[in-house]
Amino acid sequence: MTKLSNSDGFTNTLWKFFTSVKLSVFILLSLAMTSIIGTLIPQNENPMLYLKKYGEFRFSLFKSLDLFDMYHSWWFRFLLCMLTVNIIVCSINRLTATWKIIFPKTPKFNINRFRKMKNRQEWTSTSTPETLKTAYETYLKKRFKTFLVEPAENGYRLFAEKGRWTRLGVYVVHLSIIFLIIGGLVGSIFGFDGYVNIPEHESISSIFLQNSKLKKELGFEIRCNDFNISFYDSDMRNRNRMPKEYRSDLSIIKNNKEVIKKEIIVNDPLRYAGINIFQSSYGQTKASGLKYEKQAKMGQSIDMPGNTGTLKIEDFKSHFPYRGITLDNVYICVFTPKEGEPEHILIPENSRFDAMRNGDFIISIENLGNHLKITFTETGLKYYTGLQVTKDPGVPIVYTGFIFLIIGCYITFFMFHKKICVELTTAGGKTNVMVSGISEKNRPGMLSVTRRVANQLKHLK
Amino acid sequence: MTSSKIFSIITFLYGLALVLYIISWVFKKSFPGKLAVAATIAGATGNLAGVILRWIESYQMGIGHAPLSNLYESLIFFAMTIAIVHLFIAFKYKQRIIGVVSSPIPFLAMAYASLPKVNDSIQPLIPALQSNWLIAHVMACFIGYSAFAIAFGISIIFLLKSPDDEQQTGIMARIPDFDTLDDLTHQMVMFGFLFLSIGIITGAVWANQAWGRYWGWDPKETWSLITWLIYATMLHARLMRGWQGKRIAVLSCIGFFAVIFTYFGVNLLPGLHSYQ
Ligand code: HEM
Repeated sequence: MTKLSNSDGFTNTLWKFFTSVKLSVFILLSLAMTSIIGTLIPQNENPMLYLKKYGEFRFSLFKSLDLFDMYHSWWFRFLLCMLTVNIIVCSINRLTATWKIIFPKTPKFNINRFRKMKNRQEWTSTSTPETLKTAYETYLKKRFKTFLVEPAENGYRLFAEKGRWTRLGVYVVHLSIIFLIIGGLVGSIFGFDGYVNIPEHESISSIFLQNSKLKKELGFEIRCNDFNISFYDSDMRNRNRMPKEYRSDLSIIKNNKEVIKKEIIVNDPLRYAGINIFQSSYGQTKASGLKYEKQAKMGQSIDMPGNTGTLKIEDFKSHFPYRGITLDNVYICVFTPKEGEPEHILIPENSRFDAMRNGDFIISIENLGNHLKITFTETGLKYYTGLQVTKDPGVPIVYTGFIFLIIGCYITFFMFHKKICVELTTAGGKTNVMVSGISEKNRPGMLSVTRRVANQLKHLK
Repeated sequence: MTSSKIFSIITFLYGLALVLYIISWVFKKSFPGKLAVAATIAGATGNLAGVILRWIESYQMGIGHAPLSNLYESLIFFAMTIAIVHLFIAFKYKQRIIGVVSSPIPFLAMAYASLPKVNDSIQPLIPALQSNWLIAHVMACFIGYSAFAIAFGISIIFLLKSPDDEQQTGIMARIPDFDTLDDLTHQMVMFGFLFLSIGIITGAVWANQAWGRYWGWDPKETWSLITWLIYATMLHARLMRGWQGKRIAVLSCIGFFAVIFTYFGVNLLPGLHSYQ
């Protein structure tokens, strides 16, 4: 045997340290305990609030321990790392040793262990061991994966087993935890979580990051074509109405081309290039005074900005009597709102007209000879949509972990490796039958399996 | 018949079951025990009918949603899942006497729900709560909580029982033996752990659909993780270090305090989940 060098000794000690279940119990409990802190101290608040709440001394103490963002602190991450290393080392350590037990070339059974089991069932039968053997063999082969017969003194021993592979369930669980941690890590390194408010009819190309409040360029534009909100209580005067649904009609614009258009609601986001855009809030803001310019010919219908309706310029009159006075140089137009009846409106040339949809736009018309230039200027209050914009490439990894976790827990908790032994021995013209079962993990469960098998075998002749 | 009338009847049925279980236990008679099971079956069936009726009522009001959206509705659902898990033990493990500790919970939950300070009106749902994942999330969590609640009840009797009781004939002797109690606790914790995991996972998927992040460390999320970690510790202590009996019973109690805090206590802390 070669002598271990010093560094090998150290590696060994380290390896041993990480194979201990005491360590996992310790880490699991430490994570549970420290997580409580973050629920008592609100996380990621304004430093001024903390200072006011905790005073100078506790503020600087908590700050130095990263307690204001503890789930991202170095020591919490360190615990998670220890957990990962612990699971990996333990699993490798155990798996190499148990793989051979789990998948042996030739299954082995130890009759003495079966004879000692408390769950064994015994009775005598008048049939010969040979008859019973044939009948039992058919029964056991149908229900168990592996089957083996061996002759014994004055009879036979039948062995059957199934579910060896279920011992791998716990490794599936541990693998799932590793997936969750890696997925979380990938998300926090390569992903982001931001928000932005976009007033109706406007576009943005950058967002603000949730944690740092820094600006981030998206590389494309998001335009809010329209925003709509509906309430449970249709009484407009009730100021405390609960919103039932809010939806934004969004377009993604890349290189001045609209690539996607979709209406989003809460729980139904828009996904583009790995980036998710969620409806998260809304509010009202003063209009920006933004101008939209369009061209039209006489008699032509044009779309209003923000999908609010259409406008058709029907005629131009130098003199137009209206409510007892005569207007000079007016355009006679038909405005058709998106929902509602068309109405006539008059727009004096080179002036401003303000009559649309509670005064959303000021419209002015200018004659440029070969065509008309129409300018829409936004006014008044308008809605903005509050969007959460996130990217998390770790999600598929995390979801894989979720699936493994559920499957692994189910296998570990509710399935088990079952070994059954039936011993047939003749004594005084009769056959003594013994049925006994072994399971490493689930003794009470094995008792009922053994009983059930025994009861069914009793009816076989 | 309205759902609230049904709920007052089942509160009575659960109370009746509790009294019958105690009579059966103290006077060592099996007939009241059978009646208690019958009362629990009637209660759970009525409970389910009431939940479905309330669901229908919410549609008739034009704000249809699953009745799992506020404290009142969650208590009623909780009572139902505990009654069902309890019946499962009564039939699968043939341990009727466990009813002495598991039947107070549905009764207390229903009684608490009927207090005037718990708002029992059917309220509309804010948009973030309109998701099928939310229904799966709440259901899985409450099934898990129920199993943990029963494990807690069993652990309590485990801790109250002294080894001398096994030899004697007093009322404590009619409680199942230590091994059975220990095994039942373990079965319930495994069952609860699976459902709590499913609950946390469906909650994460829902959060990812509603806010674009599956985990946000809000207090309720964190407390459900703490609960999960405590039970994971307990499972490892038992499976790997062979812990059994008293120590497991104590851990099961600690775990259940975490469950209760996740359910009620978190309302004292700020966050998205609080049922007002
Ligand atoms: C979350 C659900 C988990 C379940 C259901 C679970 C289940 C189990 C089970 C049943 C065993 C016994 C394995 C055997 O007998 O071969 C085990 C062992 C172990 N578990 Fe877990 N585990 C979980 C999470 C974790 C976590 C988060 C850690 C973190 C450190 C961990 C660390 C360990 C270690 C170190 C062992 C001993 C491993 C071995 O010797 O193979 N487990 N676990």
